[in-house]
Amino acid sequence: MTRLPTAIFLGFALLPAAAAFGTETYLLDLFMRVMIFSIAALGLDLLVGYGALVSFGHAAFIGIGAYAVAILASHGINEALISLPVALIAATAFAYLTGTICLRTRGVYFIMITLAFGQMAFFLASSLAPYGGDDGLTMHARSTLFGLSPFKNERLFYYIVLACLIGCYCLCRSLVVSRFGRVFRGARENATRMATLGFDIYRYQLAAYAISGALGGLAGFLLANATDFVSPAYMSWQRSGELIIMIILGGLGTLHGAIIGTLAYSLLGEYLSGLTENWKMIFGPLLVLVVLLARGGLLGLAGQVAAWWRKQHAEPQP
Amino acid sequence: MSMSLLIVQILNGLQLGVLLFLIAAGLTLVFGVMNFINLAHGVQYMLGAYLAVMFYGMTGSSLLALVFALLAALAFGLFLEFVVFRHLYERDHLDQVIATFGIILFLNQAVKYIWGAAPLSLPIPEYFSGSIVLLPGLTYPIWRLVIIASGLAIALLLYVLVSRTRLGMLVRAGANNAPMVSALGVDIRRLFMIVFGFGTMLAGFAGIMIAPILSVEPGMGDTILILAFVVIVIGGIGSIRGAFIAALLIGLADTLGRSFSVDILRLVMAPSPARTVGPAIASMLIYLMMALVLYFRPTGLFPPKGR
Repeated sequence: MTRLPTAIFLGFALLPAAAAFGTETYLLDLFMRVMIFSIAALGLDLLVGYGALVSFGHAAFIGIGAYAVAILASHGINEALISLPVALIAATAFAYLTGTICLRTRGVYFIMITLAFGQMAFFLASSLAPYGGDDGLTMHARSTLFGLSPFKNERLFYYIVLACLIGCYCLCRSLVVSRFGRVFRGARENATRMATLGFDIYRYQLAAYAISGALGGLAGFLLANATDFVSPAYMSWQRSGELIIMIILGGLGTLHGAIIGTLAYSLLGEYLSGLTENWKMIFGPLLVLVVLLARGGLLGLAGQVAAWWRKQHAEPQP
Repeated sequence: MSMSLLIVQILNGLQLGVLLFLIAAGLTLVFGVMNFINLAHGVQYMLGAYLAVMFYGMTGSSLLALVFALLAALAFGLFLEFVVFRHLYERDHLDQVIATFGIILFLNQAVKYIWGAAPLSLPIPEYFSGSIVLLPGLTYPIWRLVIIASGLAIALLLYVLVSRTRLGMLVRAGANNAPMVSALGVDIRRLFMIVFGFGTMLAGFAGIMIAPILSVEPGMGDTILILAFVVIVIGGIGSIRGAFIAALLIGLADTLGRSFSVDILRLVMAPSPARTVGPAIASMLIYLMMALVLYFRPTGLFPPKGR
């Protein structure tokens, strides 16, 4: 189980060296965005894969984190020691408050009420006239740390993002195997039984929702610094939908599946859009095929192929 | 805010409401009976509009365009059902979401590829063009009234169909417990296909009707899809009556909110912040309503019994 994630992180770590031979800034930029969205996708996989709580407003957390940084920056506060906690707290608080309401509902209704709050955040951002409204807000300076500016050096920034990703992965991994995680997963399988066992599952789910929001906030902080720009489009429902598709594409409830899915989705989109202007006419049917043929996403497909391979090679033996 | 403006906006709200109902009705039936989340439902609405434009260009007749576009939309919907959707009924909701999202991506781009990215338009049928005087000093476009009337007529037809016919009985039973209906010897696959085809046609019809007053462009189905989901969730999934009431509620709240929020806020705050806050609240209003409804009624206003 640990080999694949290690390989992924190693791949990310070695990329800048390989990229130095090619179009470095382009590749660094692309993979940095993949890692940033992977952080948010990890948080979403925690909810969807381990708790069957399909949040359709997840982009809002990213957006809130990003806006927190950009708004502070527009007031001249660039210190990450201030803006990062503010971004995290804002996203977590939003997740916690909306979570208290969302978690009253189940199934499709949960999907739709999280969408509702996501849309509210979207329209709120669109109406922030002092901070750009619909047009978004440009950040004139990236965040600083202790007065230094590590985010200005692309390579250093890249490794900071990688460190954040690994940290979040380890956090989520330890969460799902902890007692907390077992209760949370138990609620996915059978909420009534967990309640009968004496667990107040609402509190567990709320905590998980808030943690997931915090991961989104972190992704938002990094994203704002990576793009030097925030806009309401970061919170659009299409973004939330994309995040869901990324984690399903990779394989739900595995954590590294979220990273693989984000990687596959972003790279495939990037590749196809370079190929033809009408790349979505290829991409759309591909998504349909993945669903119809590969249960459990790309990881599931890999598992099926591996099982088939083993069977082929095991047959000659009596 | 004058009286005639209020009446005009209420009529506009009704028009949006019946349009939402036409789309939400199919969505809620497909969802309620087949337990299938069809994100591609909004694309059917877009397709209806495009097909109407195309057939109008070919025949030059609004009526023929309507008939052909409806038939083509139906045929295409059934084709999608046959090729993709029927393999998804047994699957997880998330699988359905990703597959139908893939279809949205494909069709939005395909429409752009075939008809171009520039918005198209469809003329209002001659005999319904122009405006009518409702009250002294109050005129209103006839076509919008036609939309309202046809939407209400279809709502009535659906009501009779669902509550008075044998087919409707099966649909209601299917929404409550599809496996049981199947066990009683009803060909559930055929029922699914009828419901699906009907829903598709309603969405196509909505697209055709709105085409003359809206620009026909790729992606026009995406926004309306989300609104339709809001409607069916507020109304209670699987309930036609709920969808109808919620659609009118959403249509009126959204339209009136956008027109009057600034004026109302000015009663309690200074004009300049009211101009900023007003539009924000107006665009959030329906989502605010949805959150409130779900807070007090976690399964919508009219959840079908027995689930």
